[in-house]
Amino acid sequence: MSRVRVLVGTRKGAFVLTSDGQRRHWEIAGPHFAGWEVYHVKGSPADPQRIYASQSTGWFGQLIQRSDDGGRSWMPVGNEFVYEGVPGTHQWYDGTPHPWEFARVWHLEPSRTDPDFVYAGVEDAALFRTTDAGQSWQELSGLRGHGSGPRWQPGAGGMCLHTILVDPTNPSRIFIAISAAGAFRSDDAGKTWKPINRGLRSEQIPEPTAEVGHCVHRIALHPSRPQVLFMQKHWDVMRSDDAGESWREVSGNLPSDFGFPIEVHAHEPETIYVVPIQSDSEHFPPEGRLRVYRSRSGGDEWEALTNGLPQRDCYVNVLRDATCVDELDPCGVYVGTTGGQVYASADAGDSWAPIASHLPAVLSVEVQTLP
Amino acid sequence: MIRVVLPAHLRTLARVAGEVRVEVASSPPTQRAVLDALEARYPVLRGTIRDAATQRRRAFVRFFACGEDLSHEPPDAPLPEPVVQGREPFLVVGAMAGG
Repeated sequence: MSRVRVLVGTRKGAFVLTSDGQRRHWEIAGPHFAGWEVYHVKGSPADPQRIYASQSTGWFGQLIQRSDDGGRSWMPVGNEFVYEGVPGTHQWYDGTPHPWEFARVWHLEPSRTDPDFVYAGVEDAALFRTTDAGQSWQELSGLRGHGSGPRWQPGAGGMCLHTILVDPTNPSRIFIAISAAGAFRSDDAGKTWKPINRGLRSEQIPEPTAEVGHCVHRIALHPSRPQVLFMQKHWDVMRSDDAGESWREVSGNLPSDFGFPIEVHAHEPETIYVVPIQSDSEHFPPEGRLRVYRSRSGGDEWEALTNGLPQRDCYVNVLRDATCVDELDPCGVYVGTTGGQVYASADAGDSWAPIASHLPAVLSVEVQTLP
Repeated sequence: MIRVVLPAHLRTLARVAGEVRVEVASSPPTQRAVLDALEARYPVLRGTIRDAATQRRRAFVRFFACGEDLSHEPPDAPLPEPVVQGREPFLVVGAMAGG
């Protein structure tokens, strides 16, 4: 029987939640790296026992941890993330130039085929990779070298590269997203990049349709149809049918089109999930009701999923890396909150139950579907 | 031998309990030499006390010894004699901040 392993990064450590394919009863192991912020934990699709974790604090900086036994034991690996060449400057909050400074790793994206190969998205925004299982990291500096870097600026959470999507049919094609610069695509394995933000409109920036400067919160794709992208922007839920060449808004009947995560159903490429948040200044669900919204039409028409989710007095947030789906049938959906709950649905969102209730604030949730 | 007291998080990382002792080659022993020796013996600590590239002390890390704050001493200044003689430890401290 299949099993699932949910990898949860929190403000004070990492947790590993496991269940069988029924997804009714859960075991919680952890905290790993207790007291440290764990922005992301992700397993290798090529070797599910291989897991990478980003561990950091403001005191002691960044570490990368690797597990080769499914998260039971961990080993620190390389933690030197050095920008290639002279890093240059980006735009600071007050509009002045500010030198690029490494702060932390936001997202780790292991290769689908090689357990030793991982991309890392970092703050200040840049893309790194390792080909030796995390021992050493090299920057793919063509991204910062694109030329628009001096116009990038930090969002409230810092200038982070938070999303890395590799086209499963063409590993040379990579999509990334940066707050607040926008989405970019490489078609040559990260050597060169182009901004893919045509169709985005952000009223909060001086030129609302600028080539860069948009606060993209998350993008997602379905592996069977990698030219179709879905985006949760600072405001607006967007869709592209041409690999990011152009975008159109699909917010439709959402109660708010502000939010952080966006996710695609494992088996239905037109079924997508978002978690609406009241506003950019009120980071909690509208009306104090935590609702995941599902569209079965790739956007525009949305239904509220509420069964089992708190429908009163709920003022948590769901951060950009804190939703995921498993590959079982029916598809499981997982949502982690800043209140320390992880909610799971074993029926594609129709009903929900907490599988952890009292963790530290959840920063990220990933799931591995195991044989 | 220089006695070094690490903060709890770094003791966990280095998998040590209590004080650690490091042999320092330079004469006179300096802050830089102690940190070099510490990182050589516990490579996992590279980058956690001082930036790996610039060698600058991390902002929320402090160095104390003999009741004095040595955080702003030049890294090549000699350490206090009681530390050199092993009568007092060199303290690496995580600053009080955060929640």
